[in-house]
Amino acid sequence: MTRSLALTLAAVLALAAAASPVPAGHEIVVGLQCDRVGPTNTIGPFLCPGAHDYVKLVNKKGGVDGHRIRVMEIDIKYQVPLAVESYEKMKQEGIVSLMLYGTPQTYALTPKLTEDRIPGTAPGFGRADATDGTKYPYVFPVAASYWSQATAAVKFLIDESRKQGKKVGKVAFLFFDNPAGREPIPILETLAKREGFELRTFAVPPPGIEMSAQVLDIGGRFRPDWVITHLFGRSPSVSIKELKRVGYPLDRVVSFVWGAAESDVEAAGWSTAEGYLGLQFAGVGQDFPVIQEIAKMYKDEGQAPPKEIAQSVYYNRGVLWAAVHVEAIRNAVKKFGPQIKGEHVKQGFEMIKDFTLGGLVPPLEITPNDHEGGGWVQVWQVKGGKWVRVTDWFKAYPDVLQEALKKS
Amino acid sequence: MIHRECGVLKTSYAADMALYPVPLARWTVGAVAVAAFGVFPWLAGDYLLSIANLAAIAVVGAIGLNILTGYTGQISLGHGAFMSVGAYTAANLATRVGLPVWVCLPAGGAMAALVGMIVGSPSLRIKGLYLAIATLAGQFVIEWTINHVTWISGGVQASIYVPRPALGGLVIQSQREMYYFIMVVTALAVVAALNLFRTRVGRAFIAIRDHDVAAEIIGINIFRYKLLAFAISSFYAGVTGVLYTYYLGIANYEQFTIVTSIDFLAMIIIGGLGSILGAIFGAVFLTLLPIVLRYVVEGIGGLFFTITDVLNLITNIQLILFGGLIVFFLVVEPEGLNKLWRNIKDYFRVWPFAY
Repeated sequence: MTRSLALTLAAVLALAAAASPVPAGHEIVVGLQCDRVGPTNTIGPFLCPGAHDYVKLVNKKGGVDGHRIRVMEIDIKYQVPLAVESYEKMKQEGIVSLMLYGTPQTYALTPKLTEDRIPGTAPGFGRADATDGTKYPYVFPVAASYWSQATAAVKFLIDESRKQGKKVGKVAFLFFDNPAGREPIPILETLAKREGFELRTFAVPPPGIEMSAQVLDIGGRFRPDWVITHLFGRSPSVSIKELKRVGYPLDRVVSFVWGAAESDVEAAGWSTAEGYLGLQFAGVGQDFPVIQEIAKMYKDEGQAPPKEIAQSVYYNRGVLWAAVHVEAIRNAVKKFGPQIKGEHVKQGFEMIKDFTLGGLVPPLEITPNDHEGGGWVQVWQVKGGKWVRVTDWFKAYPDVLQEALKKS
Repeated sequence: MIHRECGVLKTSYAADMALYPVPLARWTVGAVAVAAFGVFPWLAGDYLLSIANLAAIAVVGAIGLNILTGYTGQISLGHGAFMSVGAYTAANLATRVGLPVWVCLPAGGAMAALVGMIVGSPSLRIKGLYLAIATLAGQFVIEWTINHVTWISGGVQASIYVPRPALGGLVIQSQREMYYFIMVVTALAVVAALNLFRTRVGRAFIAIRDHDVAAEIIGINIFRYKLLAFAISSFYAGVTGVLYTYYLGIANYEQFTIVTSIDFLAMIIIGGLGSILGAIFGAVFLTLLPIVLRYVVEGIGGLFFTITDVLNLITNIQLILFGGLIVFFLVVEPEGLNKLWRNIKDYFRVWPFAY
């Protein structure tokens, strides 16, 4: 009985709270779901400031054709219900695009985004099948999916081995045992068959901080030529330490994008991690014009540049993330005028081409069919206390990816 | 609110057995029902309705867990997993067999009930914390199974899209239509639970909670009733999972982890163990608390800091306040929000002539 009373009461409470001031003037609102305190709190506090700072820089320079962009951030703590609630809140505020955070949240919001015709981006948050824009018209991975990362990693290690005059015989895949972690396995299996190497997978059960048995198996028994790791949160640093402990050479370990940040290496120790390789979908370091501009913007305001800039892997990804949105909005405004809606921005995304932000962003080319933008990555390596670039942007095995997309 | 029994004369057995014997209580229930079904959904926008929907779904789950933990005294840390059982059952039936929602909903519940009975079977030999660990094992086994058996999970992604629920020709799509769909199920769940504890079965549950040996001696078949409690409770959990699935349009096990199980335990502990109203209070409270806190902290924080500075602070302060408030409410009233509400009611019952 009073159940509903409590509900109504609560609703009234929320109504009062929701009546916060409405922004004045014409501004374009972009939603940002972030996780700064939940299970991925090694990422959010560095990723999201990057997005904010880039938009701040754009606004400082006059916005998009004179229209300000407002980033509306809501922390979702990596929880699906909060993601849904905050999405509805953002929709009410009239967002034209949404930055999705996290694999389960991306899955949960995909149907809603499609119904409401609001494009959402999920760089590096799984959903490789969303690359196919005809199937998932309103979801944009914009960065290399786990499938593309798998093909790139395999190509890299085959090329490296060839340079040393060897063949790739055995590859170990050490992964976090959840859907996001398992996503690249079918691709790796296909490639193993095609390139003739032996693939063995080693699952690390959540929460992923205990993997000594798996690593011992890799280093002591399986003895692969290469190890590909695909871990999240605190586990990449554990994997570095464990692999080092069993004496496995770290310059034969290639990590996917969520195990290749400064913080991961810092937690394991820079000298311990010497040689460790990692894939990146955004440039690393501060030697990019846009990062310098952000630092200068803060300096001009008489402030020190934000400390998050130093965590350049995640910070730069945040910049890339926001930049793609701003670019899509710019395209949309150019074509449809300032009163844009979600479906216009969707088309704006699909017009992104030749947009590299001075090397920070790969040569993305997003089309109505390809929402991933090519699936470009770079390989970076830990050398002398910092990440050093090893390769330029590259992608590999487009036919394998096409095949997989068709099947999904 | 002011329930005065004075002058309520029961002249028939039917009147004596009524769910709400006091006329005023009946009117209150009626008014609340009108407000919930007739007024609120037409006044509130999509955003408020989405919060109400999430809260209403949580209410079903919390009532279910309270039937088991609050009324029967059996702790379960596996309710998150039971929800996922319901979710995947419904999703598979809806997509592979193409069954409509009114079949999938009870089917999901029934499957969860079955699994719940299996996971709950150790309760016949073990109690208390030991049982908690046994059900925790259930949580992990179910999670692992769904995660790895692609026949259940529909592929390596472990997520299945379900079509929008349709009743006859009506496709339930907007938040308002969802609200009605969810609220009808929630209302049924509440009424069923309220009546359950007026029956022999419900009384047997309470007897088992209070003293299981004594209950057995007065002729209650412990084996049957403990399993029945697990079944009914898991049925509710399964229905919760199905509701989540239809509400989100997708079944995904990652939202039914151990954290979910603990959240639901927190709901009934904060709301009040062993009361339906307590479960409702707890579910609504825990759903709304992070949202309300966000507005409060953003509002106050915005006065002192710039918004970018405050973004990092907000979320951390929220967490601290969240924990703090839960401790506060439990210290003020260890028996939960329901007891708090009863205290208020009792005060007004004799007001203004308290003596």
